Amino acid sequence: MLEATGIHKSYGLTRALINVSLQIRPGEVLAIAGENGSGKSTLMRLLSGEEVQDSGALILSGKPYHPRNPQEALANGVSLVHQELALCPHMTVAENIFLGQMGSTKFSPKVAEEKARPILELLGYPNLNPNKLVRELSISLQQVVEIARTQAVNSNYVLLDEPTSSLTKGDIRKLFELIGRLKAQGKAIVYISHFLDEVREVADRIAILRDGELVHQGMMSDITEPEIIHFMVGREMNELFPRSERKLGEVILSASHIVGENNKPKDTSFELRRGEVCGVAGLNGAGRTELLRAIFNLDSVKSGQVSIGSSAPVSIRNAWQLGAGFVSEDRKEEGLALTMSIAENLTFPGRVGWRFSSKENEATATEFAKKLRVKARTVQQSISELSGGNQQKVAIARLLHSGCEVLILDEPTRGIDIGSKAEIYELIDGLAQDGKAVLIVSSYLPELLGICDRIAVMTRGVLTDFVPVAQTSQEKLMELCVQS
Amino acid sequence: MKAKGVVGVFIAWVVVYLIFVFLIGHFQGKPFLTPDNFELMMRQAVIVGLGAIGMSYVIMTGGIDLSPGSTIALTTVVVGLTLKATNNPWLGILASLVVGLIAGMINGILVAKLKVGAFIVTLATMLIFRGVAKGFAHEQTVGSVPSTWIESFTAALGKSETWQIIPKGAWVWLALLVIMTLVLNRTVFGRNVVAVGSNEKTARLCGINVNMVKIGVYSIGGLFAGIAGLMQVSRVGIGDPTIAAGDELKMIAAVVIGGGSLLGGEGNLIGAAFGTLIMTTINMGSTQLGIANWIQEIITGLIIVVAVALDRYRMSRPPKIAPEA
Repeated sequence: MLEATGIHKSYGLTRALINVSLQIRPGEVLAIAGENGSGKSTLMRLLSGEEVQDSGALILSGKPYHPRNPQEALANGVSLVHQELALCPHMTVAENIFLGQMGSTKFSPKVAEEKARPILELLGYPNLNPNKLVRELSISLQQVVEIARTQAVNSNYVLLDEPTSSLTKGDIRKLFELIGRLKAQGKAIVYISHFLDEVREVADRIAILRDGELVHQGMMSDITEPEIIHFMVGREMNELFPRSERKLGEVILSASHIVGENNKPKDTSFELRRGEVCGVAGLNGAGRTELLRAIFNLDSVKSGQVSIGSSAPVSIRNAWQLGAGFVSEDRKEEGLALTMSIAENLTFPGRVGWRFSSKENEATATEFAKKLRVKARTVQQSISELSGGNQQKVAIARLLHSGCEVLILDEPTRGIDIGSKAEIYELIDGLAQDGKAVLIVSSYLPELLGICDRIAVMTRGVLTDFVPVAQTSQEKLMELCVQS
Repeated sequence: MKAKGVVGVFIAWVVVYLIFVFLIGHFQGKPFLTPDNFELMMRQAVIVGLGAIGMSYVIMTGGIDLSPGSTIALTTVVVGLTLKATNNPWLGILASLVVGLIAGMINGILVAKLKVGAFIVTLATMLIFRGVAKGFAHEQTVGSVPSTWIESFTAALGKSETWQIIPKGAWVWLALLVIMTLVLNRTVFGRNVVAVGSNEKTARLCGINVNMVKIGVYSIGGLFAGIAGLMQVSRVGIGDPTIAAGDELKMIAAVVIGGGSLLGGEGNLIGAAFGTLIMTTINMGSTQLGIANWIQEIITGLIIVVAVALDRYRMSRPPKIAPEA
């Protein structure tokens, strides 16, 4: 058993973990839930030797456990699989599994391959070719390679940090089966996820952190989803999705027969009116993101026409000028310039003229940051210092600052804490009331059902008609998602 | 602009200068901090210093420019030929600006359109511009250039001119330094330069014309290489197609010592100017001490390593995490 007792950890003035004690037991899946910034990742970093606690003790099988670096943690059978996969794309599956573990002996691809096979079999992937290059694998198989790496050193404690954030439903199922196999072999699994339905399905026990403190630890079967949320935020589920009366106006965004690269999207037409929120559901890779990007000129459109207001945008800049705005699904890679300040990030598209006054810029940015309740010391602060939820609020504030009438949002709440999610839902509702139009892609169906007026499903580049939310359900949408 | 970074490089320069004041005072019993030495330093720094302004812009976008040394050589040749043909210094200045701008625009257009990486593109144009310079000059120096007031840019100040403190070319450098700093911080174009360097995808998403920004910065890089070329003519009085080889590396070094990151999105022109002064001071002080050239080069290399290491250290300290929701 791996045990933490009375763990404290601070970063400067921020207390990341306060007197946390919990047990991780062999043959069991322990879920750790909590909002972003609640201390989940810090706890993982301590267990995996990436950092050392200020006080308190870790105990492994009854003996004190002080990993000073990830290598020592590995040697003790504790390994962490990060949310962002850390593989060498140009090397083979076998090479990746044994990276750093081949010892001082001569490297032989043959030996690596032979040693990799039983591990992959154990995980339930006997058909995964160890000689294949990792970059040729899907994300979900790459993740299998990462998990296989933990078994190459025979880890008894496998920590999975947000393992499903980039997986499709089908792949999630396979991952759960894999976790089941590890569990059956007596391994302990720690599972961190924002998706409570998944947590419920896969975990035996749950530990809930809030603001660095352990607020609950118990069996999964003894707790309901609303109770979990209550522990996490102290807020009830039904308060999450506000929905006011919506008044529809004229058509403000229309697409007619647009065809993108690789037939994603494939001959898609729809109209969006002022005052409505429309959602696009679908599996990853179905072409939802490509649809949004084609509309906004970010990806090339092979044929068909997009109109914003009454004009067709000819460039990304032009799309902004016509009153459309875009929030990227990839906050860190595309959405934000992480080395720059909040103020700069907020006003990129909305700048007019050639002059730039940092004072004026900071004043307007402060105004919008306040409006969206961005939690920061000042807008001059680097945006990389904010939590994911607050970063996302800045990415959305950017649209309001540039005066957008049409908001195109790609997975706007991915990977952010529930508190920020609630604020973003509230904001979207308010925007619709103000007569703006919102087009939103999300993989989280309850969210789409909660905030949208109409929802369509994208499958293999084809978009269904938008149907009113009252006429559909999570089951119906899912069924459409998985149809071919 | 990060004032802290500038103060750091400024202090580093003062320290380097003081070390030489001590060494030269101790071993040779001569003062190092004299008006003459200060003037000499500025005269020597002006070429790399001007080039470093353009280089800062390029590096700020995450790019690199290996061609300014060649552009300087090409400029000296064209300016030399122009002066010989017309004897008109204004046309000479115009020629330097035009040559630099064209060279820079070629770089910018190739980098923006080919998308093969600035290193390769400017490696190629470095060879091309150098070749063109040699071709124009028929593989000789362009000599017997008529004497004009262009020479006064980098000439030692006469007795009646000491009120100017530093040579005219150095004043040009300082003025352009101020102007280009303002352009970087007070214009939307300048902020777009930083945005492209910080995250090109974000810049594109936000409707910034990334290609135009790139063409812009390489054009500025070329333009400043052209102005540096003019100063080169001023100093040596001939057009020389083989001159200034390796100057681009000194400019890059100045930017890096000044706190610039080759990944883009960071750096400042004043820092790069002090970076130039640090290298010039080492050069000048070592020469006056009689230290061999090879030792000077080792010292300059070490300074770069130390500058980058300090920068890494500064970056690696844990960031302050904002209070969470």
